[in-house]
Amino acid sequence: MMNEFIILWILIPFVGFVLSLLMPKTREDLVSGVASWATGLHLIGLLIFTVLWAYNGFESLNDKDWVLFKSNTYEFYVDFCFDKVTAVFALVGAFLNFLIVIYSRVYLHREPGYKRFFNTILLFMLGYNLAIFAGNMETLFAGWEVLGISSFLLIAYYRDRFLPVKNALKVFSIYRIGDIGLILATWMSHHLFHESLTFMQLENYQLVSSELQSHTMVGIFISAMILLTASAKSAQVPFSSWLPRAMEGPTTSSAIFYGSLAVHLGVFLLLRTFPFWEHQFSVRVLIFMVGLSSATIATFTSRVQSNIKSQIAYASIAQIGLMFIELSFGWSNIALFHFAANAFLRTYQLLVSPSVVSYLIKEMFFSFEPPKVALKRVFAKKIMYSLYVMNLKEWNLNTMMYKVYWNPVKWLGKRVNFITMQHVIYFFIPAFVTGVFLRYHIDWLPEEFAHFLPVLFSFIGLIMVLKAYSERSKAAISWVLIILNHLWIALAISFNEQFKFVETGIYLSGVLLAGVTGYFTILRLRKIETNIDLTRFNGHVYSHPKLALVFLISCLALSGFPITPTFIGEDLVFSHIHSNQYALAFFVSAGFIMDGLAILRIYARVFLGPHIHSVYEMGYRSS
Amino acid sequence: MITSNQIDIREIVHEIAHFLPAQAPLKDFVHHNTLHAFQDLIFEDAIKKASLVFGYSVTLTLPEYRDLYQKGEILPEVLGNRIRLRKSIRDPEAYLAKMLHGEFDAFSDPRIGKLRFQWKELAGVGLDSFVHPRLFRVLSNYLDQGIAIWKFPVQNKGFLFSIRELEEHTVVSLFREKRSRKLLQDKNCSVLALLDLLVGDPSMYKQYLFDQQFAHPGWSGMVAAIEANPKSLLDQKKITLEELIVFELLLEIDALDSKFGENWKPLACYMKQRPTHLFDPIPPNDLSDVLMVWQEAMEFSFYDQVLTGLAVNSPKESHAANNSFQAFFCIDDRECSIRRHVEEADPNSFTYGTPGFFNVAFQFQPEHGKFYTKLCPPPVNPNYLIKETGTKKVISEDPHMAKSKKGLHNSLVLSQTLGFWSILKLAHNIFRPQATASFASSSEHMDKNAHLSIECRHPEHKENGMQVGFTLAEMVERVEGLFRSIGLHTNFATIIYVVGHGASSTNNPYFAAYDCGACSGRPGSVNARVFSYMANKLEVRMELEKRGISIPSSTIFIGALHDTTRDDIEFYDEQLLVGSAQQKHLKNKQTFYQALDKNAKERSRRFESINTKESLGKIHENVRLRSVSLFEPRPEYNHATNSLCIIGSRSFSKGLFLDRRSFLNSYNYRLDSEGVYLSNILGAAAPVCGGINLEYYFSRVDNQKLGAGSKLPHNVMGLFGLANGIDGDLRTGLPFQMIEIHDPLRLMMIIEQYPETVLKAIKINPATYNWFNNNWINLAVVNPDTKEISLFNTDKFEPYTPAKIDLMEMHNPEEIFEMKSENLPVYLIS
Repeated sequence: MMNEFIILWILIPFVGFVLSLLMPKTREDLVSGVASWATGLHLIGLLIFTVLWAYNGFESLNDKDWVLFKSNTYEFYVDFCFDKVTAVFALVGAFLNFLIVIYSRVYLHREPGYKRFFNTILLFMLGYNLAIFAGNMETLFAGWEVLGISSFLLIAYYRDRFLPVKNALKVFSIYRIGDIGLILATWMSHHLFHESLTFMQLENYQLVSSELQSHTMVGIFISAMILLTASAKSAQVPFSSWLPRAMEGPTTSSAIFYGSLAVHLGVFLLLRTFPFWEHQFSVRVLIFMVGLSSATIATFTSRVQSNIKSQIAYASIAQIGLMFIELSFGWSNIALFHFAANAFLRTYQLLVSPSVVSYLIKEMFFSFEPPKVALKRVFAKKIMYSLYVMNLKEWNLNTMMYKVYWNPVKWLGKRVNFITMQHVIYFFIPAFVTGVFLRYHIDWLPEEFAHFLPVLFSFIGLIMVLKAYSERSKAAISWVLIILNHLWIALAISFNEQFKFVETGIYLSGVLLAGVTGYFTILRLRKIETNIDLTRFNGHVYSHPKLALVFLISCLALSGFPITPTFIGEDLVFSHIHSNQYALAFFVSAGFIMDGLAILRIYARVFLGPHIHSVYEMGYRSS
Repeated sequence: MITSNQIDIREIVHEIAHFLPAQAPLKDFVHHNTLHAFQDLIFEDAIKKASLVFGYSVTLTLPEYRDLYQKGEILPEVLGNRIRLRKSIRDPEAYLAKMLHGEFDAFSDPRIGKLRFQWKELAGVGLDSFVHPRLFRVLSNYLDQGIAIWKFPVQNKGFLFSIRELEEHTVVSLFREKRSRKLLQDKNCSVLALLDLLVGDPSMYKQYLFDQQFAHPGWSGMVAAIEANPKSLLDQKKITLEELIVFELLLEIDALDSKFGENWKPLACYMKQRPTHLFDPIPPNDLSDVLMVWQEAMEFSFYDQVLTGLAVNSPKESHAANNSFQAFFCIDDRECSIRRHVEEADPNSFTYGTPGFFNVAFQFQPEHGKFYTKLCPPPVNPNYLIKETGTKKVISEDPHMAKSKKGLHNSLVLSQTLGFWSILKLAHNIFRPQATASFASSSEHMDKNAHLSIECRHPEHKENGMQVGFTLAEMVERVEGLFRSIGLHTNFATIIYVVGHGASSTNNPYFAAYDCGACSGRPGSVNARVFSYMANKLEVRMELEKRGISIPSSTIFIGALHDTTRDDIEFYDEQLLVGSAQQKHLKNKQTFYQALDKNAKERSRRFESINTKESLGKIHENVRLRSVSLFEPRPEYNHATNSLCIIGSRSFSKGLFLDRRSFLNSYNYRLDSEGVYLSNILGAAAPVCGGINLEYYFSRVDNQKLGAGSKLPHNVMGLFGLANGIDGDLRTGLPFQMIEIHDPLRLMMIIEQYPETVLKAIKINPATYNWFNNNWINLAVVNPDTKEISLFNTDKFEPYTPAKIDLMEMHNPEEIFEMKSENLPVYLIS
């Protein structure tokens, strides 16, 4: 009975979000009114629901809602659940969301993006609830994607300045790693359990352990992927440096995102999958190590932060590290409690962070002691100074992300930069047609070769998207290459026997629709603005807000955001990759990572950042 | 060809510092002309130059002006006048058409940054992304006043020395490659040597350094400001702009090394054509001329109303004998309306305006304070110290912010317990705002009940080079000076209130910008008390008597503090009032409270969240709540909309409703035929009011580069500055939330005096004269006898006839306050 109500906690934010989109921009009262009602209703409803649930004996609820796709081997369904983990995350989330919305009503008064802010907050709330109420990986993933994009939009809230947009892209690219971790974990667990399990089913110890005993490595792989996702989302080592850099939006949004809710979702993911990995000792050691190193490094780093927001950010990372440690010991209740306390504390600290000036200056005025004499002993000096510089450099975590992630991607992009539109037309398109032809005559091919082809095709797809990512001048080419990547992936997968035409259709429907819309948007913009240079930010949202919106939606659809069937298609694609096809899985997932990056890069470069035609009234690049 | 040894780096650095924003650390926000470096030029030329060289917007945009014209806020007649006054315009009709409908090429590229950008253009290295984050981090940590728990390990030895020392003893370097690290340790590592390596052509050095420093004017400006005035930081730091440049050059070399190895050539070798020199002559530009005419038309559309009003206003001298009380207020534009309300609430009261430090300049040391606070206009450096003793207040501590409570294990315990408590606090503040430990309150500045060391008992004893208190002669001099300046020498009322002002806000790093500008961004409470004490002193009065100022023995001066955010008032030393004076005081207090309620209502018309139709009490309560609400970025609007400074008797402007837009300085032209007092008044008023006015002007017209942008993403850096995000440049100027309702009008100073006397007065002090002669402040004089208006225009006064404007009479002000939230026209008060 009660489980039928679960859907309400997704529905309320959804309706609130849609309503808020419909409100006129000029009416601040209506925009924030919708948001306050939605969050208020959500909070009160949830409180009643939780009390009733507790009254009924804290029984875990599960609600399988819609089966969106079904074949004999595969089922894609939306599932929601409710247990104590969800209860705590939902209540803390509802409470903070409500407070932040009420706070922002006045705080954002007359801000040019007033409506946009509340739209995004509600979108975030939708994603958050979708993720924490999710009963299976697929639903969780949908929420995860919504969170990622709302996060991007809030960091880049001040979209006409350089740094917010740059940092938004950076953070998104880290999130993207997490997304892929999640996809791969889902992929492997399908193969492990031969079906899409709900989280509640995971609590069935018999089922989980019997499978794990025979497939130890697979189990570890899945858990490692989950840990990767959790670490990326919760800014644990080695991803930590994104969190302070995400503090670019209005203080309220930083508070709710990076102080409290979004950043704890890694903890949530671990809690959610706890029954799966709790019996894998090596995984628990790994979680412990990640937690310990994050807690240590972040504690040290926070001590040398001379700006208030990054100090709070690192302090929060340290606490989340401790939560990881707690989880590795299996103390999930303590971790839950710790989460709530930390989320509350950091929200408050960030919101009152501007007060730190008057408070500390006053404190200093009355109790200042001049700093003590410097260290005398050379050895002590050496250690202390080195440690200080290390902390100042954030343990090179940011530089390291450049070294192992962003720069190699750029480097690879440069290697394929020789590809031109001619190459695409004269080589890749005929190659693709040949590929399709071969697929229809697959029995002509030697078996070895047929097994090799999907890898080759997915690799070509990856090259397409790398080129799209590094394209410097033409937005349209970059866009077309991204579409081609999807086609190549579809082709590659079609060589895996069971992939049916319907499934290809599901996968490509969203891609093609979004692809065509996006392409025409670019053409239209190019007609007005003549040249769109991808080496710099163009800021066209300034003068073409409508085109920007259409293009953003196309981008989302093209990147497999849960608004088109492509979202299901992506999952389908992975369900057809065999558990031994590591190379294929690697190329396809690398393709997906890059594809998301390339798409948002185009959006950001074309529409965001300082406007190219007005040097005046634009902020400094460094501001 | 210039060679390296012909280049004087000192001088270049000095010049750069001159152009950088001169904003003090947060605790001492002092308003100043944002484009102070251009002040030796005529306003119009200065802003054109600033715009072309540095890429600032310096006026509103063409569509904005046209829109104001459509709305009738720029009057057609005034616009016509302004066009006609321009001698260069041959065909006014055609010019008007062009102004209204012409199309212009709006795009022009500023010159700054072009040379250094060649690294990106020609060599493909975006130096900023490499250099800025590390540079800002190191600077911020070095200058940090107390956010970081772990302080910069080497202190007090100068910036470069500290970096050197740090580098010498560390195994992890701040640099990526070896060369810069080695260069740093070389004692001969000079700007010049590094530029030889990096740029190569000495003729470009100056431009390169300008480009480099103006890529982050906020940080460079802060360093230059600290170099010029190290005391502006409580925890003093030694740093110079030159050191910053050396370190930045090293980082640039390091960035290039890590990209190319050590085998790259100086920038000059890549370049074929050199970008325009920064300060080459400015080519004529149609658009900027048109914008300037629009700007003047906008300004005079308002000024003409005021001048018309002043000319028709017939002074009603009140009968001094009936004075129920007199009150001195600060000249601050925010006090413009409270004075009106006080006079309305008690028509027998009389108010005066004078800079809010009340002619007593000193350093103040609160009890237990480890530092001094300067309480006088910023340029003055007083050698007097006033100490507070006998306080009873307790400083409340907030565990969320107190420094000792950070660290892993502490915060583990804390976050588990504090977290739940803090969210309740937050919820409480959102629904029922009230003061917290982070509340910056005007009344906290000084303990009301504490004793102040005003009397100098041992003139020979100095404390840190300062004399404690004032001697009798010094007191007399100060008290007399104030009376003469405002023209009060007879008819003293029984009670004279000396009202300083301050502001209260919470969660507001700009708190210092809201207090009294004449007290260096602090509340004026101590000054009010000190002045009252002096004027009450029997020996001072006896001495004044000899000089012709006779204060009846029944007269008592009472210090007070007006909180401009909350519209509260606090009186000091009330125990001095006994008997009938006490009775009168109680009645006067009611007058003040009534006036404050009305003042709150007048202000509330600007606040969208307040319903102006509610009862006075309710509105006032809501106004007070703004000062303690965490989520309120606009506790008050501060000096926004300021555009006038009227120097004259109260009756000169009393009949006009000026909508809180005017600084009001009392002055009696009859007592000052030589213009000596006027010169003194202008010496303070021109830089203070002009500084405030121009800071608002430029923050409004270019809120991104000259202002601080929106306050909402601001992040506190080291307690001295604000940046967006964690790796940004420091933001200077005023945030969007402070200037959004401001119309960028230059200040119009209007003096009630004869033009010849004013001319004499302004010529006494060349610095003052420049403000007017270069048109950074407009100056008009109204002849007290004939009411004729003259306008100052390059070295002389010329007769001026304002456009014909019929001013409306204000019958029911409250109704207007309830209906309108935008700027109001000038009304005649009936």
